[in-house]
Amino acid sequence: MKEPTGFKDFSRAVGPLAHVEITDQVPLPPPFDKLEAEPQVKPLSDKAREKYEVLDDTIAVSIPKPATPADEERLVATFLSGLRKLFEPNNNWTFLQPLLMSMEHCAKCHTCSEACPVFMESGENELYRPAYRSEVIRRLYYKYVKQASTLVHGDIDLNWRTVSRLIELAYRCNLCRRCAQTCPIGVDNALLAREIRKIASQEMGIAPKEIHTTGSVLQQKVGSSTGMNSLVVKDNVDFIDEDTSEKIGFEVKTPWDVEGADILLLHNAGEIMAWPENVGAFAAIFNKAGLSWTLSSELAAYDGINYGVWYDDVQYARTLILHAKAAAKLKVKKVVIGECGHANKAYSVIADKVLTGDLNIPRENGMVLLLDILKSGKIKLDPSRNDFPVTLHDPCNLVRLMGIVQPQREILKLIVPPGRFREMEPHGVHNFCCGGGSGFAIMSGHNFGDWRHHFPGRRKFRQILEAFGNEPMDKEHPKYVCAPCSNCKGQIRDIISYYNAWETAGIHYGGLIELVINAMVDAKPGYVDWEWH
Amino acid sequence: MALLPYVVAYAALGVFAVAIVARIFFWLRLPMHLRWELYPVAHEASKAHYGGSYLEELDWWKKPREKSLVGELKMMVPEILLLVALREHNPKLWLRSFPFHFGLYLVIACTVLMMVGGVSNALLPSLLSGDLARLWQWAVVACGATGLTLGLLGAIGLLLRRLTTPALRSFSSAGDYFNLLFFIVTFGLALITFVVVDRDFAQASLLVHNLVTFDLAALPASGASQLLPQVTAALLGVLVAYIPLTHMSHFIGKYFAYHAIRWNDAPNLRGGPEEPVIAGLLAQKITWAAPHIKGGGTKSWVDAATEEAPK
Repeated sequence: MKEPTGFKDFSRAVGPLAHVEITDQVPLPPPFDKLEAEPQVKPLSDKAREKYEVLDDTIAVSIPKPATPADEERLVATFLSGLRKLFEPNNNWTFLQPLLMSMEHCAKCHTCSEACPVFMESGENELYRPAYRSEVIRRLYYKYVKQASTLVHGDIDLNWRTVSRLIELAYRCNLCRRCAQTCPIGVDNALLAREIRKIASQEMGIAPKEIHTTGSVLQQKVGSSTGMNSLVVKDNVDFIDEDTSEKIGFEVKTPWDVEGADILLLHNAGEIMAWPENVGAFAAIFNKAGLSWTLSSELAAYDGINYGVWYDDVQYARTLILHAKAAAKLKVKKVVIGECGHANKAYSVIADKVLTGDLNIPRENGMVLLLDILKSGKIKLDPSRNDFPVTLHDPCNLVRLMGIVQPQREILKLIVPPGRFREMEPHGVHNFCCGGGSGFAIMSGHNFGDWRHHFPGRRKFRQILEAFGNEPMDKEHPKYVCAPCSNCKGQIRDIISYYNAWETAGIHYGGLIELVINAMVDAKPGYVDWEWH
Repeated sequence: MALLPYVVAYAALGVFAVAIVARIFFWLRLPMHLRWELYPVAHEASKAHYGGSYLEELDWWKKPREKSLVGELKMMVPEILLLVALREHNPKLWLRSFPFHFGLYLVIACTVLMMVGGVSNALLPSLLSGDLARLWQWAVVACGATGLTLGLLGAIGLLLRRLTTPALRSFSSAGDYFNLLFFIVTFGLALITFVVVDRDFAQASLLVHNLVTFDLAALPASGASQLLPQVTAALLGVLVAYIPLTHMSHFIGKYFAYHAIRWNDAPNLRGGPEEPVIAGLLAQKITWAAPHIKGGGTKSWVDAATEEAPK
């Protein structure tokens, strides 16, 4: 293992600061317990190493090495300018108080370290210690913003390497805030990682292309980060309606742009592309329950994602306003957000101090409404149709950041036979991130996909294996990881594929509402598709 | 020279009070921020034990909010007194940090007892007399001696751990070591004073009595027995003034960390009192310079958030 020995390395050392060998990692539970049999993180190409500053075994942001001293100075100057703006109320009222709290009160006690899945799965590599990047930005803040004594607050050099490495390092954190839960004082390393991302994006124009150029920018321009415009999305949903109708045996029709409907339903459009069965299930159940609901074909309003929550307050606000305007235009009574963790957090909790007046329409999580429907008895259920082991992944955004913990469990009690559900440990608000949080699930440039499976994703995979520990681990005994969040689902799909866990251990995945339809008496059996996709 | 302990003590208390008030105002005057709560939120009444929130309720905005002060106290009191989070997540450090903090609490308790005793003796001498006076004095000595001992041991433990654990050492600045050494020297000297010249805390009590009654009479002692209590009092005074000027003011910050951030789940309902505040914040000009923003000090947050994306 290679790791930094302190903070001088961060600005002065040449070459990667960290390298983790598979032998540095703790073996997974059986049948994946042979370290030598695990897939390895593919090495970066020589071209990538030459072109970009390399922090560790991967690259997330792709910041080119400065070509000239003037480029170096420009990189440092724009970073410093952004750092100062973070502490200006007009530019950063959005997070100034939490930011200052985390800047000024860290006791450097490392109580947070073991909460971090990246740090723990890396064999406790110092670079990934959750307080490490925080301490870098903290030292820069005291030295260059407050111009305080480095004897008191610690020293660090600021040069182009510091800047490039710090921005890269901000993308080694899932922003799951598990570390913040453990801090006795209230320091939030995830928040600091996000603030570093904000400097990079809002001042320097630097962000991973998957979350900016082909993410939030594309959504605001075309309507969805999937690239679907409103015509395409309607076509696709029509197709989903037909397919779902055929699959379940009764007609499903999705209403569009119904003014005065009670509910505007907001999906992550990734569901439409990758998991149409989720979108079809919502339509089938909402129609069966007799709800007054609609989708919107307004710009961005058929895609509930808001990647700005991961890296850029302005981009966040832009997407939010598009969502809120669509809801106001349709004069709905409430917005219900489907199985997407960050979309729920973005539009429900964080939006709370942005939306006013007509745009301030109440928002509700889809699982809460789903539970109410099931409790009403409008949908007849046969849990024996879900007679296979089920475990539940708790999306961080829904549990730790919104406190939505019980509805999904109450739903599972109604649709899974007794004894078939097993909790992961830890679970609920103390869960581990899927490994795809904060944009990682959609980032796969260079070898970043390998990295995210190998570090944060590996902790989730470990939990899944432990949850199914008493089951026969083969394909003949299928098991279901229920992940009520699009990004988590994508990440869990990728982990299962990376470790070949369907073929080896019969581990499959899907959303929550698919299990509901699978147990629905009025629907034809077999909604859950066990064929790997 | 005889006035020195009084001057230092009053100055220290003055600095302490001003710094604390300034710190509280600093946190209070920061603008409203976006919601960033972190569950479990202790006041969520029936849901706090598993980390649930009112967002689990259908049509939550139509229902009265259940907020439990008892729930907050059930979490905060053990956290403050026993450092529960540290014990759970960092037990090795807790073994050092808990005696340090609990020692501080006992020293504060000892000081408060002496202050109350001083005021009581000045205003109503008969109140603290006989057995009650002896009990009171015993409590002063017990709190003071135990507190100084625990505080000293804890500070030494914290310093040694910081020096011998590579991950802690690499994060530590000269200031971090100075802070711990300051406690060690001050508490160590106070303990020596207690053992050598003031085993019944009589001189300390007299000093506090004189401070709270503004009776600046010279302390009745000579030689080492005069020097030790006076140097101790001066050092304690400087320490009291120093703490709120450093990151050790986290005892104030912690209140805001929980109540303004981690547990701040109050919803902004349409037409509510927060809407005009939000409108004001969104009207502020931004200077973020990235190409997709180009704030330039002329665009407000509303302008930036509502401009159409280039087609």
